[in-house]
Amino acid sequence: MTTHKTATAPDARAFRLRTPPVSGLLRLRLVVVCLVLSAATFLLVCLSVTIGEFRMGLGDAFGGIVGTGDPGNVLIVRELRLPRVLTGLLVGIAFALSGALFQTMTRNPLASPDVIGLTEGSATAVVAAIMLGWHSGAGLQTLGLLGGFGCALLVYLLAWRDGITGYRIVLVGIGISWMCASATDFLLARGGQFQAQAAIGWLVGNLNGRDWAETLPLAVAMVVLVPAALGLGRLLRTLQLGDDVAIGLGTPVQRARLAIVFTGVGLIAFGTAAAGPVAFVALSAPQIAQRLGGTAWPPPVTSAVTGGLIVVASDLIARTVIPGTELPVGIVSGAFGAPVLIWLLIRANRAGSGG
Amino acid sequence: MTPLRRVRPTGRTLDHKGPVTRWRPILLLAGLAGCLALLCLLSLALGALRVPLGQVADTLLGHPPSRMVDNVVWTVRLPRTWLALATGMGLGLAGMLMQALTRNPLADPGLLGVTAGSSFGVVIAVGLLGFGSLYEYVWFAFAGAAAASVVVYLLGRMGRSGLTPVKLALAGIAITALLNSLTSAIVVLEPDALRRYRYWAAGSLADLPGDVVKNVLPFLAVGAVLALACAPALNSLALGDDVALALGRRVGLIRLQGVLAIMVLVGASVAVIGPVVFLGLIVPQIARVLAQWAGLGPDHRWLLPLSGLLSPILLLAADILGRVIMRPVEIQAGVLIAFIGGPFFIAMVRRRRLAEV
Repeated sequence: MTTHKTATAPDARAFRLRTPPVSGLLRLRLVVVCLVLSAATFLLVCLSVTIGEFRMGLGDAFGGIVGTGDPGNVLIVRELRLPRVLTGLLVGIAFALSGALFQTMTRNPLASPDVIGLTEGSATAVVAAIMLGWHSGAGLQTLGLLGGFGCALLVYLLAWRDGITGYRIVLVGIGISWMCASATDFLLARGGQFQAQAAIGWLVGNLNGRDWAETLPLAVAMVVLVPAALGLGRLLRTLQLGDDVAIGLGTPVQRARLAIVFTGVGLIAFGTAAAGPVAFVALSAPQIAQRLGGTAWPPPVTSAVTGGLIVVASDLIARTVIPGTELPVGIVSGAFGAPVLIWLLIRANRAGSGG
Repeated sequence: MTPLRRVRPTGRTLDHKGPVTRWRPILLLAGLAGCLALLCLLSLALGALRVPLGQVADTLLGHPPSRMVDNVVWTVRLPRTWLALATGMGLGLAGMLMQALTRNPLADPGLLGVTAGSSFGVVIAVGLLGFGSLYEYVWFAFAGAAAASVVVYLLGRMGRSGLTPVKLALAGIAITALLNSLTSAIVVLEPDALRRYRYWAAGSLADLPGDVVKNVLPFLAVGAVLALACAPALNSLALGDDVALALGRRVGLIRLQGVLAIMVLVGASVAVIGPVVFLGLIVPQIARVLAQWAGLGPDHRWLLPLSGLLSPILLLAADILGRVIMRPVEIQAGVLIAFIGGPFFIAMVRRRRLAEV
């Protein structure tokens, strides 16, 4: 492997392998940030496994996860606690990755899926079901999934006019999502108090009482979607240069955009179906990762790890901040992600590098 | 040798002062004003009690056909119409101002944290302090809006580079998320807060006391003056900060003025009628298309008044439709705005390249 310094990015090193024939740019800062965040996430996963009605040590928790140790512990960890923590981790990764895809494609930090409201379709479908008295279980999850995909399909079709542009899909998305959000508000205002309470609980994003039945579909979907999203990163970077340049570089613009939109929507829809629209993760995680890594665009892998970290940490706080009450995770993720983003903004400003 | 023929200028030129486009601005303004006047009359006439237009005119001129009609028109519908006009104008102006200040066509007037601030204020007043009536929580909503936008502004201008559009937008989003989280926390834990909050959040002009418009009107008037005074400077800002500076604009001062205007306009509107910020998002887009049609170009001296005129039209239309569509039940205007404005917005996005700000 040969590496040499590049002129453009001071901390980046170009590397080239003889076999397999791979070359690329290695950003040291990004790699370090990514490793540190991953370690922190793993620690938090172990930590949140220890918490519950029956407290255990960190060592017991780790033993429970890998399957060695006391059978009782293994049972508690694997059947009761791990599904919830894993759902949180996966949802965080899915949201953040989807956010990174959309923000990079549109070159606009406001164009992340929770602002252009790709989660609103799921939300309206689920709130309508709750208002009709359908309470929980797999039916609600499937409905959320259908709502999300239906909404995305509608947006894509309406934005199609001799191909789509990233900008048009975002604007059409905003239009559709506001209609969905209004329908949700209408349903909330008309429904009974009890149903409204249940719907609000779902709407902020909730991980309470998750079991393997909810984790598995998400995990299967992510096995397909995450590699796809990471693979699309190359196309994404040429798309960022504008359509004309991208076509000139040989990027199949329309097909690439279709792939990006549907991968992003898939990640968001499965995540929302599993945990509800967890607030602010899709927007803040890529922005935080970008500022930690010192890159000009949201780095996909680091964004994903940041997203996982935010949701797992938020869930940990949500379960412990008021003894005896489990707050919905979305409440904390917004309150937790926002100060971090603000702090990074201020710090970036001090360095004079702007927002 | 054939002499060069002089081409006569035709009306179909791109020249803004060409014969075709010269009348278009006047036509546009007249059309919009006519629309607004018609909607005002309809707003006075339609509702649970249908009053013929002739009787409305008689009542307004001081010859009411009956005590009941007199009462309904003067004490219920006229204040409501005034309120729609004033708050609609406020949200429209604020929307255009916000998009110009952040140079982002996706910015809605709630981006400054104003909506989240007022939601938080309402929930605090109703949920934690136990205030139930509009007169009490409207001030909390306004205070919340003001506090949130001041914090966003201060955060956005921290550091050496001063207030940049991206920083302002991101600081706004972050504060919005923070406040929304706190709002949901209270709403989830306090059922009482949810009861009041969910009606307010749908956005409605119904059942508001008649004199509330007198309370918000001064704020809206000040905000409108501040906003309109920004217009020439916004044209320079659209060319970039450096150019604006070179043209002699005091960039920081303009931004401060703009933020103040948005705070007052949106704070007062949202506190009373609920978070109908979608209005402030789509109206500027429509205004830009109309201005282009009239040959006015992206000139904020036209765009701001156009927004301020278009926005109450949409709000009034939504309010009137909400009264008649499912009688006797009223549908909240905020809900209908999305359903009238949404398809319109999408059709427009499909029709032409929207001007990127």
